[in-house]
Amino acid sequence: MSVQHSYWQLFKSVYCKDVTLAFRQRAEIFNPLLFFVIVITLFPLAIGPEPALLARMAAGIIWVAALLSTMLGLDKLFRDDYNDGSLEQLLASPYPMSLTVIAKVCAHWTTSGLPMVVLSPLFALLMNLEQQALGATVLTLLVGTPLLSLIGAIGAGLTVGLQKGGLLLSLLVLPLYIPVLIFATSAIDTSMMTLPYGGQLAILGAMLAVGIITAPFAISSALRVSVS
Amino acid sequence: MWKWLHPYAKAERAYQLCNTLMPYFAVVAVVCIVIGWVWGLAYAPADYQQKDSYRIIFIHVPSAILSMGAYSSMAIAAIIALVWQIRNAELAVISLAPVGAAMTAIALITGAAWGKPMWGAWWVWDARLTSELILLFLYFGVISLYHAFEDKKVAGRAASILAIVGVINLPIIHFSVEWWNTLHQGSTITKFDTSAIDPSMLWPLLINIVGFAGFVGVVTLMRLKNEILRCEQHRPWVRDLVSRG
Repeated sequence: MSVQHSYWQLFKSVYCKDVTLAFRQRAEIFNPLLFFVIVITLFPLAIGPEPALLARMAAGIIWVAALLSTMLGLDKLFRDDYNDGSLEQLLASPYPMSLTVIAKVCAHWTTSGLPMVVLSPLFALLMNLEQQALGATVLTLLVGTPLLSLIGAIGAGLTVGLQKGGLLLSLLVLPLYIPVLIFATSAIDTSMMTLPYGGQLAILGAMLAVGIITAPFAISSALRVSVS
Repeated sequence: MWKWLHPYAKAERAYQLCNTLMPYFAVVAVVCIVIGWVWGLAYAPADYQQKDSYRIIFIHVPSAILSMGAYSSMAIAAIIALVWQIRNAELAVISLAPVGAAMTAIALITGAAWGKPMWGAWWVWDARLTSELILLFLYFGVISLYHAFEDKKVAGRAASILAIVGVINLPIIHFSVEWWNTLHQGSTITKFDTSAIDPSMLWPLLINIVGFAGFVGVVTLMRLKNEILRCEQHRPWVRDLVSRG
């Protein structure tokens, strides 16, 4: 029979496979990122280019754009594996599904969340966000986007068995994103007033910690329901 | 306890239990809502500040409390469904979801109607209102996820998982008036020490809450009976029931 691998090897191979696949089909990385860029560009055109107004709205705009572009990649998260049957193989394997799932979520974050975090200072500057709020924007995105991937994966797991899961996915997931949005934008707003924003960041961190512990179980049981 | 509860995992026994319980809930609902509304709308004194327009509290507050109560009951049923694999609990989740959604909608609409004369706006993006609106979306999510699946067994389990995940919104609604600066007033009756509301208004309100709870119970039991019949329609006991008329 097959040789038992360590959990770390399993994590690494699933993660590397997903990231490699994403890099082979560049569109998968660039489309959400391009969407993020275009949504942000639309706002100054739509509401007018006054620097003060843009600075006031920058935090919200960047975060809503981040939510929407995270949503774009979610439907693909388990879809390909489901279609070619490898998801069933993973569920049948002796390894804990929660580990496989967290590897896939990490891969999703690396290809969708991380590029947004890296690009966000540039957009903060374009939107006239003040210097002191720059750090807060990057930090909230750094803590918040993994959480978006984790919560979104629950919805993706629930809808993977459906033919037209994409639209439903946004209905299921967006309400659950709202707490993240509230605390992240509140942290950036606080930082614009040069007040300490550690509190909101700590709440985001706590939500991420709870998410990392509990979401993999929710995702894997969602997948079991969808695949069976 | 377990031996006593376990027979109700069978659909037929659960159906009978629904039949037994329904009259009690119905009596509580009718009596309490009639007493509560007549007392509250006609006899309770007018508020010194808001005059008569405060009277919408007798519909608004019970429906808001029940919107959250229905969600927590739904989540508890969902946990039971997933942990002990009891099909009837899944059906309870599905039966509760539209009732809870209706309560949330009533709370939002009456809240808007109350907000217009008091705050001068139908809708304010305030923490309590927004989180209640999210609750409505969560209910919609559970309902539409259930209807998206062809296989209702899978659908029930998927909806249960979503119902459990959505519980994180409940503490947010409850604490929203304390965490954010908001227009919505803080809690008045859910304090453990003395209530911030006069007894002449408090009693009809409490009676209304009980009545609304009874109403939610009746409608849910009716829906649950239908759901049980629908998914057991090929069983002999359902055929007997139908043939008896």
